[in-house]
Formats: sequence, structure tokens, C-alpha cells
Amino acid sequence: MRYDLEIIASWIEENSKVLGLGCGEGDILYFLKNKKNSAITGIEIDESKVAVCIEKGLSVLQGDINEEVLDYPPNSFDYVILSRTLQQIYNPLELINSILKIGKKAIVSFPNFSHWTIRTQLMFLGRAPVSNQLPSEWYNTPNIRVITIKDFRKFARKLNLHILKETAINTQNNDRTGKIVKLFANIRGSYGIFLIEKNKASRRFI
Amino acid sequence: MNDYSKFNKNENSVGIVKKKQAAFSDKIKLESGMLFGPISIAYETYGTLNSDKSNAILILHALTGDSHVAGYYNEKDIKPGWWEFMVGPRKGVDTDKYFIICSNIIGGCMGSTGPGSINPETSGPYATKFPLVTLGDMVTAQKKLIEYLGIEKLLAVVGGSLGGMQALAWSVKYPKTVLSAILLATTARHSALAIAFNEVSRQAIMADPSWNNGHYYDKKKPNAGLAVARMIGHITYLSDESMRKKFGRKLQDKNNFSFNFNTDFQVENYLHYQGKKFVERFDANSFLYITKAADYFDLAKEYGKNSLVMAFSKVLAKFLVISFTSDWLYPTYQSKLMVKAMKKSGLDVSFCEIKADWGHDAFLLPSERFIEMIKNFLKNTYREI
Repeated sequence: MRYDLEIIASWIEENSKVLGLGCGEGDILYFLKNKKNSAITGIEIDESKVAVCIEKGLSVLQGDINEEVLDYPPNSFDYVILSRTLQQIYNPLELINSILKIGKKAIVSFPNFSHWTIRTQLMFLGRAPVSNQLPSEWYNTPNIRVITIKDFRKFARKLNLHILKETAINTQNNDRTGKIVKLFANIRGSYGIFLIEKNKASRRFI
Repeated sequence: MNDYSKFNKNENSVGIVKKKQAAFSDKIKLESGMLFGPISIAYETYGTLNSDKSNAILILHALTGDSHVAGYYNEKDIKPGWWEFMVGPRKGVDTDKYFIICSNIIGGCMGSTGPGSINPETSGPYATKFPLVTLGDMVTAQKKLIEYLGIEKLLAVVGGSLGGMQALAWSVKYPKTVLSAILLATTARHSALAIAFNEVSRQAIMADPSWNNGHYYDKKKPNAGLAVARMIGHITYLSDESMRKKFGRKLQDKNNFSFNFNTDFQVENYLHYQGKKFVERFDANSFLYITKAADYFDLAKEYGKNSLVMAFSKVLAKFLVISFTSDWLYPTYQSKLMVKAMKKSGLDVSFCEIKADWGHDAFLLPSERFIEMIKNFLKNTYREI
């Protein structure tokens, strides 16, 4: 399993209900189902990946995450995972709000756009950055949002979200291995991972 | 349904099978409130029921299908059952692991009580005196069969098209019996388009003078009307894409138009052939009854006070829903509507839309992805119970 998914899995308590958005071939969901006894559901748009998930015994729906999240009753899940997908979402505000309606907690991860390799490319080469984490060119990238770890914290404050955990990681070997970055996370971390929930205090007033 | 008898019966088939019949002398209560009986149901079984009776799978067939889902009736039989590629040893529905039952439907003409059966009160065929049975009634009758076989729980009910509608009705009517359901190319209710095609088919039969208000069993049969009905059906089972690939504008055994009303195009020839073949095996009245039952079927209305979510509220089964991209009879959006209601009811559901050019008929055609998905869904469901 990818290193960032290992971190995410470690944050999830046993016997939880988990929804994986854009779950791909279901690696983390398979792990959670079999190792942490989670009741899992996945949503994935690609037919062949959905087929792989179903063959693995995972309950997965083919569809667009922006639409599919709207069907669940409130608090249907203990955790909703949005891994490496936020940067491809047209309306992140709406999606995060929907996620925290159907899930008690959300785990969101994204490639950190202020990693030093990206900063230096822009600064010294004057080009749109291309990195291991964001390998596409400007004209064919599916990543339409540039997010930094600092930006996400600000975003969370704006939405009045409570950040329960946050970790920056730096990965190697096609993301198979990695390290947690503690110092200068917004410069040295290639990915940011956040565990968020709605602010309890504000919820009381709604 | 297509002819896909390309499989070698010597390799990996359930082999020689037998059509059986279960007769019930007591009456069943129809959804209209009427008591009807006696009834008998045709069915076939393959594989072995295990000691704790936990490996039973019920397969339900489409509009004009029958209980002969796999295997051959004898050594000389060249045509296997209608889902031979899916059902057999080590296949999608594995006859080495599971006990498989395929049940026919009442109202039909493939061995179960239907309009062509003898009415014990008159000693003649029921014809149009046969009650208008609903899909729910067909399922009620099938439940009697399952009880008769001594089975309390079904590991899965599996069906495509009208069979999928029966599987849906099974999961809603008997939530404690059905552990999982596989719904293929199906819908929770017919669209106006589907009803329209069925109505044109019925009109074709009833416009045939030989139909004679349904009383033709000792006379000339309304074969011309039934053949047209079948041709209409076949068009809806294909797609623009598959017809273009299969026939295009190719002519049948000629290079130029005939400039008369004989068969010119291959697609015409194909439809004529399908119509002609169909009348040899199907009863026109059964066609009327079953299509009407399919048009009446509305899961939300019948079981959920017009709410699909409510219809699913007592269901315990987990679901695998599969649609096909080129199916214009029961398009993907209809599967998605079911899935949406299942999600809202908190049910465990998987959904996949398979890319296929073959229209509604795609669930009757072998594809590795399709087979693997069903095989593994069953395997995992069986492991989890």
C-alpha cells in the first residue's frame, strides 16, 4: 500500500464505517475491511477500477464523487477519505461540506504545492512545475487546484473546521516508502494529510 | 435472446440436466386479492445443496426465457441452456460450489401454469380466463418452490431484465430469505418507452385474426402477430451500434434492391428469422400476460407507498447492480435510481456500468469482466455469511 494510505489507515479506529472517495482499485479499503474490520464503501468513476474493487469483495459504486456523496443520510460514516483528489475538484468548498455532512470525520490528503522542488522550479526556471507528485504538464493535468499545507489550514479556519490531526510526509519509490516531515512541513512535505471534523462549538449554535 | 451455442458441451459444462416440475394443490393469494390454484412451476437444479443449506442460489430468467439456464437435455442436444457461459463448474455461478435453482414463472408457457394450461374447472385451456398475475405473484409462486425444496435462505437471487425485476421483488417481499441480489440490466419500473414497445407488441398479437380473443388453442395460432411482437422485442434488445456493426445496410443474398416488398436487407432477414423461430416455442397469450405484468411492475408503488427508499427500508440483502452502456431499454439511469434509493436506505450496494455495444442483450453475452465480477461477488458473499 502507498505510504500516505498507510498513514491514513493508521488514523482510522477499528470497526468504523468508512467511505472512500475516488478509491481507485480499493487498496486502503481492502486493508481497512480485512485488518480493521471496517464496514467500507467506495466511489470510483473508472469502470475497470470499479470492477477490480468488486472482484476484491469491496462494495464500490461507479459514479462521480460530487454527486454520489449527496445521496447518503447525515452521519452515515465515521470517516470519509478523500485521498489525493482535492486538487482535481471543481468546487472543493461544496464537496468538503457534503463530506462532513455524511461523515463524522474526514481525512483529506493532497500534494503540497509549496514543496521546495515546486517553488524552485517556478522561481528559477519560470515554468509551471512538474514533479513526481504532480507529473503532468499544465495543458494535460487533471489537477486544477493548487493547494499548499498552509492554504488548507486557512481553508479549514474559513469553513470553521476543527483539525484533529495533520501530518506532512515526504515519499520515495513511487510513494511506496516515506517519512513524516516535522520541521518546515510546508516546504519539505510532498503531501499534506488532515483529519478534520466540523467544529463542535459552532455545531451547537446551528 | 441470442443464439450463442458456440460452446463445446464436452468442456466445462454442468452436463446433462433435467427439467422438473413442482405442483401445489393449494391456492396462492394473488396481489389482486384473488385466490388462484392449483399451480405448478417448472425448474431445474444443478450442484449440491450443502448440509447447512447455505449455498443455494436462485436464478430468474428474462421475458421469454425458461428454467433451462445451463447444460443439455441429452447427448444429442446441441443447444445448451441460455446462460451456459455463466453457470457451470468453475464458472461465474459455480455449480461445484453452489446449489443452483432456476425457476420459471407462472403466466408463462415453459412448463409452469399459464394461460395455455388446462383450467380444472372447464377442462379446457385458461386462455384469457387466466388471472392477470403480477411480478409479485410470480415471486410468491417461486417462494413456494423454494420452501418445497426445503430452503430457508438464498445466498443470492440473480436475474437480468425481467429476471432482475423478479430478484428485486424477491429482496423486498422476502427480506429474511434473500442474503444478496445480483441485478443485471434491469429497472424498478418500466419507462414510457418500455411500455410503448410492449404495447405495440401486444397490439400486433391482438390484431392477428387468429388470436380470436385468446381462444386459439385448438385452432390456427396467431403466429404472424406473435412473430411481429418478437421482432419488435429484438430491436429493443439490440442497439444502434450493434445493429450497425452486425448488419449495417448489407443486403441479403443479393447485390441490388428487389424493387418489391420481399426481403432486401440483412436486418430484415434476421428479424424474420427470429420471429419465425420464436413462434415455435412461445405462446402468444403468455406473451401478453408477462409483458403486462412487467409494465405494471413498480417497486416503489407496490411496496413503498411510491417511495423507492421506503420500498427498500426492510430489505436486508446486499446488492450488486450492473448496467450496460448501450442498453436503451433499461438505461443506466434506471439502475442508478435504484442504487440511489439503496444508498439512502443504508444498504450495502455495489454498482458498475459495463461498457458494451450489444444493447440490452449484453447480459446474455460472455465477457470476462462480467463473469469475474459475479463470481467474486458470490464468493465474498458466501465467505461473509
